[in-house]
Amino acid sequence: MTDPQPSQPRPTPLTAVHERLGAKLTGFAGWLMPLRYGSETAEHLAVRTAAGLFDLSHMGEITVAGPDAAAALDYALVGQPSALAPGRARYTMICAPDGGIIDDLIVYRLAAEDFLVVANASNTSAVYQALGERITGRDADVTDRTSDYALIAIQGPRAAAILAPLTSANLQQVRYYASYPTTVAGREILLARTGYTGEDGFELFSRPEDAEPLWDALTAAGAADGLIPAGLAARDTLRLEAAMPLYGNELGPDITPYDAGLGRVVKLDKPGDFVGREALARRAQAAPERVLVGLTGRSRRVPRHGYDVLSDGSRCGTVTSGAPSPTLGKPIAMAYVEAGVAETAGPDGGAGQFAFDIRGSAEPADLVQLPFYRRPA
Amino acid sequence: MTVPDELRYTQEHEWVAIDGAAATIGITDHAQQALGDVVFVSVPAPGTKVTAGEPCGEVESTKSVSDLYSPVDGEVTEVNGEVDENPGVVNADPYGSGWLFKVALAASGEMPSGLLSAADYEELTKET
Repeated sequence: MTDPQPSQPRPTPLTAVHERLGAKLTGFAGWLMPLRYGSETAEHLAVRTAAGLFDLSHMGEITVAGPDAAAALDYALVGQPSALAPGRARYTMICAPDGGIIDDLIVYRLAAEDFLVVANASNTSAVYQALGERITGRDADVTDRTSDYALIAIQGPRAAAILAPLTSANLQQVRYYASYPTTVAGREILLARTGYTGEDGFELFSRPEDAEPLWDALTAAGAADGLIPAGLAARDTLRLEAAMPLYGNELGPDITPYDAGLGRVVKLDKPGDFVGREALARRAQAAPERVLVGLTGRSRRVPRHGYDVLSDGSRCGTVTSGAPSPTLGKPIAMAYVEAGVAETAGPDGGAGQFAFDIRGSAEPADLVQLPFYRRPA
Repeated sequence: MTVPDELRYTQEHEWVAIDGAAATIGITDHAQQALGDVVFVSVPAPGTKVTAGEPCGEVESTKSVSDLYSPVDGEVTEVNGEVDENPGVVNADPYGSGWLFKVALAASGEMPSGLLSAADYEELTKET
């Protein structure tokens, strides 16, 4: 068994490429990852206006296969993978018996008895362990195949146009949250129309040894369209603008899907028991104590993870993620606040009511609808 | 990474150019590279007394915020309005148009103590 948190960060199949590109590398969840290649703001804006190329090989890939795979996943997760048609995917979560979130996941049904579960890098071993325990006694095998896959994402409004000439797949038939085994630049891959940026885009699961040729082919094909490589810093501001939750920030073991405003992922009406059902059914009925909200700052000082949110000068919550938004040109934050204060804010966004406590000074903030950014239709 | 010979440096990654009784202060190339895109810099207003080694402002970047330390004792005489309008200039030209503020030295004519030479600063940033 591999050490889940090795002291030396583990390289991805593309680390040499990032070094060649002059990336600033950082340790992230035990992996050596590109934080940025040049300006993270430029990388963010490239994804919003053209396209960006990401190495996501740190993500965990776990397969669940066998005659009982679908039923086993229905029991192990809060969603209902058995209802997925082969070739489709769903955003879901794995929860503890008390309803706390162990991880958020994308589950791909590759074939009737073959599922791919994609987990966060920091949680891959916890998810693998929980799936193994929950599937015991059923006719299905759980395998951590993270080392067998590289994962490259191409995201942005130009992503489909850049990818189309490199693949025989008809991209118009690869719908959002669908996956399709095909070839790109002559390499066999699993192509998925998924992402974490708020833009259209694709994720390419490949063999590790095919990652570099794929990266180079995409880079060459996209250069004229403004495609540039983008690092974790841009990925974080992109997902925050799109109000996509991040484990460790908006999601965690003390947070249920309902707290996070994602109660829709819990399929209480699915047949059969599942881990967390009792706690989550209770939680579904209870009035929430805290809610996840969006706030924008009026000053240029930036709210960060862990800062207090104030309502009429008193602490009412905590920032989970905050950053200067390249698209909006001002600071944005997601925060958990007491349910009462968000409800009484009214249609003016609680003008004058809310503030961030930024290192001791109250900086005025406005309550806004999430997401902060929605891509043009 | 650039470390101009004619400047002096702090352990906290500010640079200072001393010309008689006037000092011009900014953050180093190493600092701007480590911070990433600078989005806002708060600097002490003209007239503010600053003390060497004490925080006097802050630098906000995409991922973090850092205190800004004064390398010298004195009184702020001027701040760089261009940085307020376009903080990216700190990344683009940290030793030039990205300067942050100017100080009239308290002890004019004396070289402030406790500053690093370019060679010492280069050594410091090699270790980190």
